[in-house]
This record gives sequence, structure tokens and C-alpha cells, in this order.
Amino acid sequence: MSQSGRIEIDGLMSREAARALSDRVLKMSAAEQTRVTIVSSQNGNTRFADGSITTSGEADNMSVTVTATIGRRRASATTNILEDASLKRTVDQAVELARLAPEDPELMPELGPQTYSNISAFVERTANLDAETRSTAVRRAIEAANSAGKAAGQIFTAGFLDYNAAALAVATSAGLFAYHRTTSANFSVTARTPDGTGSGWAGAGARDWHAFDSAAIGRVAAQKAVASRNPGTIEPGHYTAVLEPQAVNDLVPLLGGALNARNAEEGRSAFSRAGGGTRIGENVADPRVTLYSDPADPALLGQPFDNEGLPIKRIVWIEKGVLRNLAYTRFWAQKQGKQPTGAPQAGGLALTGGTKTTEQLIAGCERGILVTHFFYIRSLEPRTVLQTGLTRDGTFLIEKGKITKSLKNFRWNESPLLMLNRLEDIGRSEPTDAGRLMPALRIKNFDFTSSSDAV
Amino acid sequence: MPINLTRRDFLKTAGAAATLAGSPLALAEPQSQTLEAPGADPFAIELANEALNAARSAGASYADVRVGHYRRQSVATRERKVTSVADSESYGLGVRTLIDGCWGFAATSRMTKAGARQAALNAATMSKAARDVHKRPVELAPVKPVQGTWITPVRKDPINIALEEKVALLLATNEAALKVQGVQFVNSSVEALREIKTLVTSEGTNTTQTFIRLSPAFSATAVGDGDFQSYDEELAPRGEGWDYVESLNMPGNAERWASLAAEKLRAKSVEPGTWDLILAPTNLWLTIHESIGHATELDRVLGEEANYAGTSFVSPPEKMIGQLKYGPPIMNIQADRTQPGSLSRVAWDDEGVPADQWLLIEKGIFKDYQTTREQAARIAKLTGVNRSHGCSFAESWNAVQFQRMPNVSLMPGDQDISLDDIVAATDRGIVIRNRGSWSIDHQRYNFQFSGQAYYEVRNGKIAGMLRDVAYQSNTPVFWNAMDMIGGNSSYWMGGTFSDGKGEPSQASSVSHGCVPARFRNVTILNTKRTA
Repeated sequence: MSQSGRIEIDGLMSREAARALSDRVLKMSAAEQTRVTIVSSQNGNTRFADGSITTSGEADNMSVTVTATIGRRRASATTNILEDASLKRTVDQAVELARLAPEDPELMPELGPQTYSNISAFVERTANLDAETRSTAVRRAIEAANSAGKAAGQIFTAGFLDYNAAALAVATSAGLFAYHRTTSANFSVTARTPDGTGSGWAGAGARDWHAFDSAAIGRVAAQKAVASRNPGTIEPGHYTAVLEPQAVNDLVPLLGGALNARNAEEGRSAFSRAGGGTRIGENVADPRVTLYSDPADPALLGQPFDNEGLPIKRIVWIEKGVLRNLAYTRFWAQKQGKQPTGAPQAGGLALTGGTKTTEQLIAGCERGILVTHFFYIRSLEPRTVLQTGLTRDGTFLIEKGKITKSLKNFRWNESPLLMLNRLEDIGRSEPTDAGRLMPALRIKNFDFTSSSDAV
Repeated sequence: MPINLTRRDFLKTAGAAATLAGSPLALAEPQSQTLEAPGADPFAIELANEALNAARSAGASYADVRVGHYRRQSVATRERKVTSVADSESYGLGVRTLIDGCWGFAATSRMTKAGARQAALNAATMSKAARDVHKRPVELAPVKPVQGTWITPVRKDPINIALEEKVALLLATNEAALKVQGVQFVNSSVEALREIKTLVTSEGTNTTQTFIRLSPAFSATAVGDGDFQSYDEELAPRGEGWDYVESLNMPGNAERWASLAAEKLRAKSVEPGTWDLILAPTNLWLTIHESIGHATELDRVLGEEANYAGTSFVSPPEKMIGQLKYGPPIMNIQADRTQPGSLSRVAWDDEGVPADQWLLIEKGIFKDYQTTREQAARIAKLTGVNRSHGCSFAESWNAVQFQRMPNVSLMPGDQDISLDDIVAATDRGIVIRNRGSWSIDHQRYNFQFSGQAYYEVRNGKIAGMLRDVAYQSNTPVFWNAMDMIGGNSSYWMGGTFSDGKGEPSQASSVSHGCVPARFRNVTILNTKRTA
């Protein structure tokens, strides 16, 4: 820290620096209660298309949010100008906005000291994924795709590799201090055949970028592109669907909104019971299905606390098909006599219940459609969590346990909740992204509503 | 409000859009007492020059520096309470370098000479690393260097409006909505942004622009008979001042808006099948955005978005320009970054290219794409246009600029036809108002949209409200089925604060003006599903 009060950051903010900065800001505040949230981030990405790196970038940033409370009035202000004068201005702004804000009958006091699980979600080599290493990984993916796609001619590839490293700290005037560091990296490749009739995709995400192999991702994308050439058409309708884990990862997290306890108790969620109350204790999915969040699970490594500094613990939402828990904010939990859970998915999300591979799910399918992943998913009907969207980059017909031909893409209208009641089989859960563990699923009567010409 | 709207009631309801529109094609520009454009901050220029020098020393043949200072303020309310009040500022700079035809970009919030220099060196390192994976060198279309300042013409900067006034307006809105029987939940909010952006390039451009944008929102939910229905009013975000929010008269209109949520509970579930569709501008703007705006982005056509937002059916350019029959001769689609009140209005884009206005589709035939400096040359031989259309934009100082959508609008027809005239000329159809759900495939063919309020048309008259409606079609089929469009006085401009594209995804703000239009024989789905 220089004499002018400017905070010099080099790399991510350490626990000690976060504590020193939050102490300094807390001291500036004249509010009855104050919360300071500090986010320090570093990220870099390499994007490519048609054999060339295109719009890529690196950025670092650090911001301080001050939340001031006066009586039952609360407001927040944020700045990323980390000089004393600007920090003081931000504190004053939060205090002034709080004074002006109307009383909030649902306001909860800031939390005091808490105990958190120690979660190692920070991987040094992910935080150091520099431009040259990224270029090399991209080149390997393109070369692998070119070689795997040779049968179709010169394959077109486009993709994206990025890493994020972040440190998050929350401190309150009531003595709470929480600090957490995390990394994540993602890589995905889309391959297209030169005749314009085939497209394939593969991707992965993890806290440790060594968890995925860029060449393998390029190869799978190209193999799917080649296999998906010259797609055939079948009538839209209800078919058995085998969803690869990445496709399940596109759909199941959309249940998150419905897991809000207040919405359920107020009669506006799929988990509202007709006539009042919630569906806790009822069967809401196939008895093989368990859905949970757990920041300490080594396969998830989620965030140990939420924005208010509330510890996030393991919560089983659906256990063997039965709805067990809903997400309670601190206010709603107090009002209803429940334990607060914090934000539903900050602790990651896992769907479990099976042991088979995707190939075994395909082998057990008499006639159905294999889906690589989905695109442009939007809510249609909150009462049933009904969504619409499209299949993309590898949609295939399965007959008698084998992939027999590629199909044109479909638009579908389907609910991630209702579909979990029509399970034929559930695969082995695998990491699909940082903080996500999802299986392949085989689902009866998936509603494919129309055909799409998009390749 | 009665369950079955009379024709007179419907006129009133549908007319709400027209009262927002102001004069046709362009919203009235505030004529007096608009705020003055701030000049460049000398400190920002000093840091930008430091970064440019470092970039040149590192071998950059071209470099640009954007210094951005963003202020955002949002107030959100629910029923009789404020759910959040937040104010944020973000300040930093981003440097883009071109070395051996390869781009690099780096950004920092460390606003010191050392921080600016380091960002330039990081960008140069990225340019050099990119040489390892490189096929086609970047070539920039020429642009005349420009120096100047500009500000969105507004009388009242929304950031400077007292919080009490914002809160009072929203709570009065909620109170009015809660008067409606069955309406239990109401959300209203307003978000305001002031962005000061300085661009300095190695070619001599030096501009400072101040953009003011705001986005109001209203939603009501009615609960009854074990069911719930919501209604969102389409309150277009605009590049305007606080006077715009005042002109919406949210407290005066909220009861009428909320009554539509209650009425939806009792509306008839739609009979799926083929119907003639009459889209109000409050619904059609988003269909234009998705099926025309995105389809005519040149970066998608060239495959640069293939891994994320997708490609486009308007491809390859040599078979499309002057040839693709996008729609009927009454269809003219204009791209425009000069339109008053619009969200993507600028004086210069993020490469210093002056704001442009051009036709994407003329009399139904596809004519041109959206371009940036590095894209212009790729299609110049086909279009005869050698310069960029000025579509470069970055959401913040910490994100790289790339091709983003200008305002894309459906121009009015020659005759002064209103939405009611279209209803009167229709035997069996459905009128759809406001945006509901939207989804379109990655080449922009197959789409499915819904709305907030649906009305059945029988023999030229409104026969009552419907629910559970979605329309599904294919872009060229849909636009070629358009047979009737509104005139000047029915023009209205919608828009969004959050159009997503790029990896990592960046949000941009864009407006779409349009008139009501009729589409023949469109597939209508019933979205109610129970198992």
C-alpha cells in the first residue's frame, strides 16, 4: 500500500490483504452496521475460429462493495477505485443511500463470526494459464480435429479456452470475516464439415485445467461433425432421448429457481402444493434420483459461504425421488421457523443415482434420439418448469442399441422436473463443469416438437 | 376490467404502445436544456498515451486504448417494500494491439502509468502468442482520424435523480397494481447507466463520449384457483433521460397492467394449430432482433461465433447479397446507429468509425451485413462498400470490442394502417402483445416466441383473451408470410439491455423499431403440459 492510500494489487488479493482492506473500510463507516465485500479477479482467454486466434483477452480487476444499514434501512455502493478518497466516497454513498431507502420489514442484521469448511478450490496452474500455454492447447485441439475430421475434408473449428481466478472476502461490523479463493477453466470446440452438413461439439470445465485434454476435445468435436453429416429427418414427436451428461448439465440446473422456498410457499412454484404449502416429503422424481449441493464435496468444490457470509452446507434437495429441502433466505427461514440455506447453487449441484456409461445407456435403447447438448433454452411455464430449446452439434438416431444415422436438429418443449419422472435409466455422474456433477439420462417420451434446418 | 374486452377497451389497451412512440421513426429529440458533453479527462489521455507508446515499442502496427468509467444505479421493489438499492462504479482501461496481423487485448483497473504500460505489454504478448495459431492476417478498413466529444441528448441525467423520487414512483406503481383483485405480487424496478468512454488510437483518433441509458420494468402476478399468471408490461429501455421514465406514467397505468395478470387466470387456453398472427410492435421487436438482427451479423456468417452464439443461414455472402428473398416487397429493414432515443446510438463506434445508417433488407431482398473495420474488406467487392458500418462495441473497459448489433428496425409501410385496421381485416387470428419467452436455433431458422397478452380475433373483432400461446416458425417462411404492416403512426421502438454474444459473453444494449404486422398461417402451440 503506498502512502497516498492507493492499494497496489499484484495478482489476487491474499487473505491478509483482504482483512486489512476490509478493516480500513469498516472504520470509515458511520452506519450502524456495515458489510464489506471484496472481489479480486484475474482472467484470460483465447478464442479461435477458422484456424486463427480472434478476439482474446486478459483482465484483472478488484472491487469493493459497501453495504450500509441504518435502523431497518439498507443500501450498497461499489467501486473499483481503491484509493482512500474513493473508498470513503463509496462508504458515504452507501450510507446516504441507506438513509434515503425506505424501511425494509424483512431486513436481517449482519452476521457475526461464523465457522466455515476449509475448501481448496484454488489450483495454482489454472491461475497461471498464460497466453502461450493457451495458444499451444488451442493448436493441439485444432490439429487433433483436422486429423480426426480428414474423411470430410478440411474441417472448420472454432472454440474457446479461458481461465478465471478469483478471491472473495466478506467482512461485517459484527465481526464476521470470510475469505475464499477459487479457479476454473473451460475449453470447448465446435467442428464443422466443409460441406456445411455436419457439426460437432465437445467441451469440459474444471477447477484444474489439467483435468481435461485439449486434443481429445478437438478430436471428439471433429468425430461428431463427421458422423453428423447429411442428417436425415424423422417426424417430430415423443421419442426416448439419451441425453449426454453435458445436455443434462444444460437442463437440470434450471430447477434452481423452483427450489426457492418462499416462491413455493407463496403458491408460485412447481414445488407448491395445490391448496397451500410445499411438496416437501412428496415424490417429485424417479426414486433413483438424488439431487444435492455440497461445497465440500471434492467433485464440486463450491463456495463455503454466500454473499452475506452465511456458511453453505450440504443440502439434499431431492433424495431418492422425494423432495427433502427447499432454499431458505435468512428472513424467510426465521419467519417459517427453518434453518437458512443460502443461495441454492453456490455449493455446486450434483445429480446422482446410476453407474452406467453413456454407451451402456445407448446400448439399452430400442429406438431413440441421442443428444450432444442443447441451445437457447428459455422458460415457457414456471408452474411445471417447462422449457423450450434446441438440440445442437450432434443429434443421432439410436436403433436397437446402436447409433444408425444422424438427424436434423429439433426444437423441444420439455421440463427438467417432469422428465425426471420418465426415466428409463440413469448413468454414472461425471464432472461437466466446475462445481457440477451430472449423469447421462435415458428419458421416455421426450417432447421433440419441430424440426430445425440449423446445422 | 371486463373478462371480454370490448373493441373500445382493446383500442385503449393496444394504444398504450402508440402513446410511447412519440413522432414516427424518431423519438422527439429534446430541443432545449440538454446536458453538455464532458471533455476528455487529461489523466485518461495521459494513461492512454502511455499505453500506446508501450504498444508501439512492443511492435504493434496498430493499437487502441479505451478508458471507461461506468456508473450504474438500480432500485428494485416488490409490493410495498424496496428489495434492493445499489450503486456501482467501475473504472479501468483496455488496450488492443495488432502485431503481424494478430490481435491481443489486455485490461486493468490499475489506473497508473505502470498499470497502463503493463496492460499494453500484456496485450502485445497475447498478439505474439496468437502467431502460433494464425491463418489470415487482420486488415483494417480505412477510417479518417477524428477528435471530438458527444453526449446522449438528455435533460435529466437519471443518475442524478434523487433516490426518494425513484422509490416513490415505484412504490406508487406497486400500490396501484395491488388494487386489482387476485394480484398478490408486484415487482417494479429501474436501472440507470452513465458511461464515459474515451477512445485513443495509434492513428490519431481521440474521442470522449457519454452515454446515458435506462431500463424500467414492471411485472404483476395474480394467484387464484391453485394457479398463477404473470403479466410483464413492455417498458422499453432507452437511451434517454429521466423524463422518459416520467412519460411512462407507471403509477397511472399499473392498475390496468396488473388487471391483465388477473384476467389471464380466466382466459381460454389456446387451441393449437394454424392461425393468422398479428404482432404488436411490443412483441415484434424481439422477433426482428433474433431472426434478422443476429442473422445479418457478419462475424456469425464468417464462423467466428460458431462455438457459442452460432452461425447464420444468411451465408455465404456471395449467394445472399442481392439475391436472398428474406420477405415480401413491403419489408424494409434499416440498421441505424444515429436514431434518437435508441440504445445503440453513438457518435463514433469503439474503433472511431462515425455512426452509420444503412439498409440490410430492401423491398424484401437482402442487401448488406453489419460490419467492423476488420470485416469490411471481406465483403467489399460484393457490396461496393469499402468502409466499416461502425458496429464495433465492448461492454466495458475490461472486454475486447467486436462486432455488435446496431439498432435494426422494420420500416413503416406507405399507408397509414394501424393495429386495429389489421384486426378489422382479419377473419381468424391471434394478436400478441409484449415479449414472453424466446428461443431460436444457432443458424436463426427455427424459432419459438410467446408474449404476455393474447387476444383471439374473429371476423375482424377481438373475441376475448387467450393463454398458453406460443408461435413457432422458420425465419424465411415467417417473413415471407407477412402480408400487412402498419404505417408511420403505429411505429414503436423496443429494446434490450442484455443482448448476449461472444466468449466470454458480453452484453450490449440495442433498440428495434417496428410497426404492427400480420403473418399468415403460423403454427401456434399450446404450452400447457402436465406430465
